[in-house]
Amino acid sequence: MPEISRDEVAHLAMLARIDLSDAELDHLAPQLSVILESVASINGVAGDDVPPTSHALPLTNVFREDVVVPSLTAEEALSGAPAVEDQRFSVPRILGEEA
Amino acid sequence: MSDITRSTAADLAAQLSAGEITSVELTEAHLDRIDAVDTRPDGRGVHAFLHVDRDGALADAADSDARRARGEARGPLDGVPIAVKDVLTTRGLPTTCGSKILEGWVPPYDATVVARLREAGLPILGKTNMDEFAMGSSTEHSAYGPTRNPWDLDRIPGGSGGGSAAAVAAFEAPLAIGTDTGGSIRQPGAVTGTVGVKPTYGGVSRYGLVALANSLDQAGPVTRTVLDAAMLHDVIGGHDPRDSTSIQQDWPSFTEAARAGASGDMSGVKVGVITELAGEGWQAGVMARFQESVDLLVKAGAEVVEVSCPSFVHALATYYLILPAEASSNLAKFDAMRFGLRVTPEGNPSAEEVMRATRDAGFGDEVKRRIILGTYALSSGYYDAYYGQAQKIRTLISRDFDAAFADVDVLVSPTAPTTAFRLGEKLDDPMAMYLNDLATIPANLAGVPGISVPNGLAEEDGLPSGFQVLAPALADDRVYRVGAALEALYADQWGGPLLDRAPRLETE
Repeated sequence: MPEISRDEVAHLAMLARIDLSDAELDHLAPQLSVILESVASINGVAGDDVPPTSHALPLTNVFREDVVVPSLTAEEALSGAPAVEDQRFSVPRILGEEA
Repeated sequence: MSDITRSTAADLAAQLSAGEITSVELTEAHLDRIDAVDTRPDGRGVHAFLHVDRDGALADAADSDARRARGEARGPLDGVPIAVKDVLTTRGLPTTCGSKILEGWVPPYDATVVARLREAGLPILGKTNMDEFAMGSSTEHSAYGPTRNPWDLDRIPGGSGGGSAAAVAAFEAPLAIGTDTGGSIRQPGAVTGTVGVKPTYGGVSRYGLVALANSLDQAGPVTRTVLDAAMLHDVIGGHDPRDSTSIQQDWPSFTEAARAGASGDMSGVKVGVITELAGEGWQAGVMARFQESVDLLVKAGAEVVEVSCPSFVHALATYYLILPAEASSNLAKFDAMRFGLRVTPEGNPSAEEVMRATRDAGFGDEVKRRIILGTYALSSGYYDAYYGQAQKIRTLISRDFDAAFADVDVLVSPTAPTTAFRLGEKLDDPMAMYLNDLATIPANLAGVPGISVPNGLAEEDGLPSGFQVLAPALADDRVYRVGAALEALYADQWGGPLLDRAPRLETE
């Protein structure tokens, strides 16, 4: 049965960009183990001959004519931004301080 | 309290058309009802709404009345007010998805469903409460507090669309929009004694529906009657070039299908009872009501057979791998950069540190659980065993449906295994919560349409149960026909709607 350790949860949280407190890690790790144990029942149910389904109904690429249609103005697109500067999204530094 | 709020949307449409009422009167009556029951000083309001747009709704209603006076009504539901689940974007109205990470966000655009409601002239009363990002079966995972079930204010209204279901059950709105990823329209319908429809995947546009799991999400009607649901579906459905998964075809009139079904005649209809959706964990009173509904359909002329869908026993596990996988990547967009919450830790933090702090502060427990589960299921080394395997079982579930529908016209089951449970009872036991969606999930995995129709009260607790009808993809008209037939058969038996038996909510 799959066990998910506290360290693994911490690693996954880092990958998912969520800071989890110690209390949250203590709480979440055992819950995730229970869920994983339940879903592990599907292991080996479908053989290699079964194709995967990613979408309920068959789909093909959808194209449209390459014509300009009205879209959001810059003001509208920026209207929900936490910070704006010079008609652009203003974001924290993206490189390390030593860079 | 005015009786107007207890009318069906179809009746209201007729009264508007006959000039007996105005949309302003109608909209005001519902806004007053919301004021009376949604929030109460003792904290025991229904809390179906996260945001009420009194001014906007009344202005839309006045426009509707003016149009009608000019003889330019845009359709039967022009002027009938509606509530919209807070997961659909509304231009100029807050859209939070029940999450702190979107608190105060006002989208600059309308979802296609919302645009179609506006085009059809339906005043939007407000936005309804939901489990955060539609993750849950009780509405308790809303960051803004739970919605209460109008049948018993200490119980859950179902989820994730508990707000929409409770709004129509409490007569705060004649119509509402929900979204259904694993049962979030149908299960709340069952536990609140209302009607909910999940259309065929691709039948209703997902543009502007904040995605939980793209391959499963569908918006649909939340109403008190099958005919009302059909009328609403006719307004919101149909191809949308802005959703690349939207089905390009003409749909039949669902209103006509519901009207045809209301004769109650089921002769020539072959109904399959799903063997796997019964047994351990199913409440006795729910099963008793289900059997009674099946007997009613037989009496009305239906041929009923039992049908086995063996892969359905794996549907729940499959869903709880596919959904978190899709959700974990969908919710990556909440990165504190372009919209929504931004939490900046002390010092000179990097974008990544800001992201991590924001997502910790902005997401609730259930969202974190599912993002981490999805991240795990998609990580290399586990991908084949979990996500890959789940996708294959999805194929097996679709094959079960195909085989079943080769033999029967519709499949039926109870909508949810139990009636409404108490607030808090399953909040910290994720697996117990997930089991609520046992019967509704297969339809989402296969993309087929489904309806939940109220079929009485369970004997042991006097709370509503629901009857689910599933049809092949694209055959949504069948769920309306059979749903309307069952509703009519019960109306004869009961002498009135089930909701007449719900307690009154007005404070004295």
